[in-house]
Amino acid sequence: MSTKTNESELPEGFKDIRCIICPTGCLVHVENINGELIIEGHSCKRGEEYAREEFVAPKRILTTTMRVEKGFLPLIPVRSDKPIPKDRLEETLKLIAKAQTTAPIKMGDTLLENVFGLDINIIASRDLIEM
Amino acid sequence: MKKYEVDVAVIGGGSAGIAAAIVVKKAELDVLILERDKEIGGITLQCIHNGFGLHEFEEELTGPEYVQRFINQAKDLNIPYKLDTMVIEFTPDKTIYAVNNKEGLIEIKAKAIILAMGCREKTRGAINIPGFRPAGILTAGQAQRFVNIEGYLPGRTYVILGSGDIGMIMARRLTWEGCQVKAVVEIQPYVSGLIRNEVQCLEDYGIPLITSYTVTKIHGKERVQGVTVSKVDRNFDRVIGSEKFIECDTLLLSVGLIPENELTREAGAKISVMGGPVVDNNLETTIDGVFACGNVLQVHDLVDLVTAEAKRAGLNAIEYVKEKYGKEIGKKTQIKCTAGENVNYIKPDLINNADLERDIIFTFRVKRPDRRLLIQFKDDKNKIVYKRKKIYVIPSEMIELKLNLREQQIDPDCKSLEVEVIPRPEVLIEED
Repeated sequence: MSTKTNESELPEGFKDIRCIICPTGCLVHVENINGELIIEGHSCKRGEEYAREEFVAPKRILTTTMRVEKGFLPLIPVRSDKPIPKDRLEETLKLIAKAQTTAPIKMGDTLLENVFGLDINIIASRDLIEM
Repeated sequence: MKKYEVDVAVIGGGSAGIAAAIVVKKAELDVLILERDKEIGGITLQCIHNGFGLHEFEEELTGPEYVQRFINQAKDLNIPYKLDTMVIEFTPDKTIYAVNNKEGLIEIKAKAIILAMGCREKTRGAINIPGFRPAGILTAGQAQRFVNIEGYLPGRTYVILGSGDIGMIMARRLTWEGCQVKAVVEIQPYVSGLIRNEVQCLEDYGIPLITSYTVTKIHGKERVQGVTVSKVDRNFDRVIGSEKFIECDTLLLSVGLIPENELTREAGAKISVMGGPVVDNNLETTIDGVFACGNVLQVHDLVDLVTAEAKRAGLNAIEYVKEKYGKEIGKKTQIKCTAGENVNYIKPDLINNADLERDIIFTFRVKRPDRRLLIQFKDDKNKIVYKRKKIYVIPSEMIELKLNLREQQIDPDCKSLEVEVIPRPEVLIEED
């Protein structure tokens, strides 16, 4: 089974992607042949979608911790409110590692706004009371 | 000694305990949560990664976000809880003894008890790795607590033994914190956690997964200096000559979880093979009015499934308090559930004949991965009560089935029910 799509700014070359949508774990081959995307090896529609996105623009939700002053705990778990392009994860992690916030904090509070102009905020994952 | 009386006491204030208490409180019964940590929330609080809540809320949350929603509900309902409170004993008449440093020893008399103590990790002692006892050997969950809650890094270069989900998630977490994970070593020939974690936690960061290998020696006297890993054969015996040295300063163990049932055992409840209490289809242990849910009953893959089970335990405890407590209970006639071909265990262990009209939720795990299968329930005369096809099974994914045995026309005199997961006969394959 193969499907073709035309998309602008496709990455060059090919990738073999292990599908994570279900436990079957199909190995999906995605290849850019002269601007056309060939996707093979998947056994469902969701798998095809996943493989396409992994090839074109892989993204991840980032979850880490941030230092807290005067908190009941020294750290607050945080996450990105949207998926971040995979190649920007490392610099975002470094930015969060240098940042610090102050208790009290409510779940969902924005702790870092619009990181690197990506329209992504870093938000608190839980409530944290003052010490 | 300070004494309390409640309708339902919940031992453990993690995801299971909170969800059960919410159900009980909504039925306007008195409930009390006993928690040994300094806040309620349990282990889900230290699981800061996402992937929680898809069943319960149909959105993807982090562990803390998931449990915060339940904590908020518990607070809105004014559910009382005692923190820093360690239960030291409960008795078959449902009296609980606990200690905390404000009240000393306290006694709680309950009409029903819900056990929600969770599970704990197997340690080095459980798998007998030779060598000295240097600093730098931790379980993956311990490391998770240090890194995500306390703010310490337990080391710089790591080997992780066991490819369970916590181990793989910690491999990514430590990489993100600037540490180096040299390898994840797995004794089985296949990864033991979810494929999603293998891909997103290991493959994404080029961390090698070494299957059919185990750690056979820990080097270093004061601090871990490295480990020797060896290949194992089909019987898990090590292959002489296959040893490799990997330098590291920390070894994390992610080698399995055991339901924490010291209290349950001492109270005299029967414990089943996997370490959880024997329960009937109402999640009631062999002690009347004592229910179990969450990882203290069986280790779950997802916290969402813990929540669902805890709600069931809560509802059954309510029914017990309202309809059965204090009444003479005659001897129950029960059907015994047993694990057959390629089944590791099954819950419930017992089905009350009196409950055959009810839908029964069965949960079980297979022993080894397999494809193109048939799940079968057979009675004690080898009659097939129920069967269904299954494409793929793997030990790390719990199988859940809801069945009404009356509708399946089970023989009411049947004494036992066996579940098996067997290869599909040819005829059935052609139907696909």
